[in-house]
Amino acid sequence: MTPRAMRLPDPCNAAVGDRLPELALPPLDRATLALFAGASGDHNPIHIDIDCARRAGMPDVIAHGMLSMAWLGRLLTRWVPQPAIRELSARFVGIAHLGNALTCRGRVVERREDGTEVLLRVELEVTNQYGERKVQGEAQVALPLAPRSIAAGS
Amino acid sequence: MIDRSHIGRELAPSVLDVEKGRLVFFAQAIGETDPVYTDETAARAAGYPALPAPPTFIFAAELDSRTVVSMLDEMGVPLARILHGEQAFRYFAPVCAGDTVTVRSRVADIYARRSGALEFIVKESTATNQHGTEVATMRSVIVVRNPPGAT
Repeated sequence: MTPRAMRLPDPCNAAVGDRLPELALPPLDRATLALFAGASGDHNPIHIDIDCARRAGMPDVIAHGMLSMAWLGRLLTRWVPQPAIRELSARFVGIAHLGNALTCRGRVVERREDGTEVLLRVELEVTNQYGERKVQGEAQVALPLAPRSIAAGS
Repeated sequence: MIDRSHIGRELAPSVLDVEKGRLVFFAQAIGETDPVYTDETAARAAGYPALPAPPTFIFAAELDSRTVVSMLDEMGVPLARILHGEQAFRYFAPVCAGDTVTVRSRVADIYARRSGALEFIVKESTATNQHGTEVATMRSVIVVRNPPGAT
């Protein structure tokens, strides 16, 4: 019998302790920060200009916290349809530097059933290859109790 | 130290036109491979009217409008001294290409820790679409690193 933690959990049947499939990202590089700056609208030069980063006291450019949070978004939307995500929150507890290879993880910590829906609370984290935590977060997900496809807005 | 009279201040609204091309750029920039975020046929098959905006996308509204930069400027806080401390979203309705999202924020709190070495700006926001539907609320905490001896 496959241990629960190793099965890809069907979100509708998720139980406390279930782990979401991990999302492993390639090492952070300048190109990624530059493109994310453009796409996200955060042009703070601390993320894209090494001279500015150094004047600000950093050894080099640093990643946007929101880039890690966007990756937490991906972790969740691979697991459930996006309309199922009711809340997403993050605390940026560490700076992610160039070369950091980040992994996003999630774990179901609470399950409640509320009429026709199952409500899941998921603890989230982003760590680098050295085990240093960069983001600590949480999501609330709501799914229909009877598995069916979720159309946006329905 | 930041003047506490900024607490309660409402910031100018930010209007974000959610554009298909930018959503595709954003999806690519974060390495999103799910076609629902970049292919209109896939988006419609999933029940969306157009490409959906990924969960963190609407944070762009107040960056594009420079509302946050203006707020920091008025508080006398240099960009080089800030870090993003916390961010939270609550979602009520999907946001898709073709939508216009308006974000309205207020400065909910400003407080200090470590004898003023760190200050925290708490900003609370609502986001509504072109139909007047509230699509999301957001809460941000910006951390300001003050130099030693700051008053």
